[in-house]
Amino acid sequence: MRRVLIPNRGEIAVRIVRACRDAGLECVIACSDVDRDGAAAQLADASVCIGPAPAAASYLRDDAVVQAALGTGCDAIHPGYGFLAESPRLARRAEEHGLTFVGPPSAVIELAGDKLRAREQAAAAGLPVLPGRMVASAVAAVATAEEIGYPVLLKAAGGGGGRGIKLVRDGAELAPLLGLARSEARAAFGDERVYVERFIAAARHVEVQIAAGADGEVVHLGERDCSVQRRYQKLVEESPAPELSDAARAAIHRAAVEFAEAIGYRNLGTVEFVVDADTEEFFFLEMNCRIQVEHPVTEVLTGRDLVGLQLRVAGGAPLDFDQDDVRFDGHAIECRLCAEDPARGFQPSPGTLRRFSVPELPGLRVDTHCAAGVTIPPYYDSLMAKLIAGAPTRDRSLELLLEALEETEVEGVETNRALLSSVLQRPEFQAGAVTTDWLERAIA
Amino acid sequence: MMLSDDDVREILRIIDTTPLRELRIETNGFKLHVLRGGQPATEPPTASERPGGRAEIGLVTIPAPMLGTFFRQEAPGEPPFVEVGSRVEPDTTVCIIEVMKMMNSVAAGVSGVVAEVCATNAEMVEYGAPLFRVEPA
Repeated sequence: MRRVLIPNRGEIAVRIVRACRDAGLECVIACSDVDRDGAAAQLADASVCIGPAPAAASYLRDDAVVQAALGTGCDAIHPGYGFLAESPRLARRAEEHGLTFVGPPSAVIELAGDKLRAREQAAAAGLPVLPGRMVASAVAAVATAEEIGYPVLLKAAGGGGGRGIKLVRDGAELAPLLGLARSEARAAFGDERVYVERFIAAARHVEVQIAAGADGEVVHLGERDCSVQRRYQKLVEESPAPELSDAARAAIHRAAVEFAEAIGYRNLGTVEFVVDADTEEFFFLEMNCRIQVEHPVTEVLTGRDLVGLQLRVAGGAPLDFDQDDVRFDGHAIECRLCAEDPARGFQPSPGTLRRFSVPELPGLRVDTHCAAGVTIPPYYDSLMAKLIAGAPTRDRSLELLLEALEETEVEGVETNRALLSSVLQRPEFQAGAVTTDWLERAIA
Repeated sequence: MMLSDDDVREILRIIDTTPLRELRIETNGFKLHVLRGGQPATEPPTASERPGGRAEIGLVTIPAPMLGTFFRQEAPGEPPFVEVGSRVEPDTTVCIIEVMKMMNSVAAGVSGVVAEVCATNAEMVEYGAPLFRVEPA
């Protein structure tokens, strides 16, 4: 590998440019029209415009991305996160043209992207998956619910987006709610099949960072707790996950490594689990085949450069460390500063920054593409910066992050800074673990 | 600033009749840099010369509607779709841009006469890069 195409933007494109520099690789940013003057395009060795602002006409065009890589003499593509990061099509096209795709092989991305197949693979590999079954009749529904244990969720098999989902607390509620769920499912999706699944009232989102060398050896780099969410968007992430027993933590790590081994994983990936906060039972959710937004939490905690690792493995290298070499030092917390307007239901708040200032504090890392004069366009996600605090203890890490947020100054767009500060100051969060429904209840 | 024919003649006369090695004329909106026997000047393009912009007053740029490989003819050996001096209408095909074996024909989008071919045959053009300049008529 000599020159890497980065078809991405924002803070992650800047992060990858820096990793390429460190690895002695040249890099070319492939960007849309409105990102020509972006921080990543400025920092890279070259940039090439692959289309107009709407992502569908630029960042999501795998043909344009591969053509841009070939046309600019790149021999590899690092997709970053979002856009085409988990597109088996891009990975396959890259492979067909002799380009190195920085990620797992296309067949693995395809498997991980098929939720049902991934769930079957996980179960076959011995991982716990949420108990559940498709039911054809009321009798079958009752039998399944009793086997799983109440409460259960009824979900439209053909659906999504929350429609046709019913929470059933006991046997008496089942029959009437099943009828409702079926008619809703039929009306919404033209398919009245219903799926009965175990409901976890107090759910935590815990994910494990894994890395697999080109030879297939898998190690884990610890977990991240990402339970602070708003509308399924992560807001604050930390590692280690607070209030998790050593036994549960070790079991989750082991499960993640076993799953990655079972599907022949290569390069960096994340295995997501839902953890029952009351019982510490955990269940496989899915695997993400990309660098994650919250990867710096793990980098700070382990002192390892995960993007550099991706580039080395993509180049055919085995891991240059093994499980015993992975150390976890202290506690790391990240929060996502976004251009959103709290007064307007956290709608995106695009605009040009008149001022952007984050403090320099010992132990604080800031990943950003923002500066005074930079425009946040309305076309993409609203992430402006990630503030990551690493300290010997969770309390100290929290204090540092709060201080950093207080000293952050942004003018020109609205931000979620006050919400982030408020999360970090809430007694429930300061006390330890929260569940995925906590934040929305807390700010309602 | 618009140059009159007399201005151009005067500039050429100065260049031809003086022993100057280098001549720079710079006024509001106009820049001329002449090097006698030297290398072509490689100045960064100004804002008005950026892809999609108009480099010369009166000429309309046909920008690349997508990133891809620029081809001036339908197939190797065939004549180019247009040459400098060709008359084009809005729906005249002026070139092909190939993206991953998909051939996309590009229409002029303007009526006029081709004044300049800006891109090199069989090389990659990025989105918005100038392909041709047309004198509208």
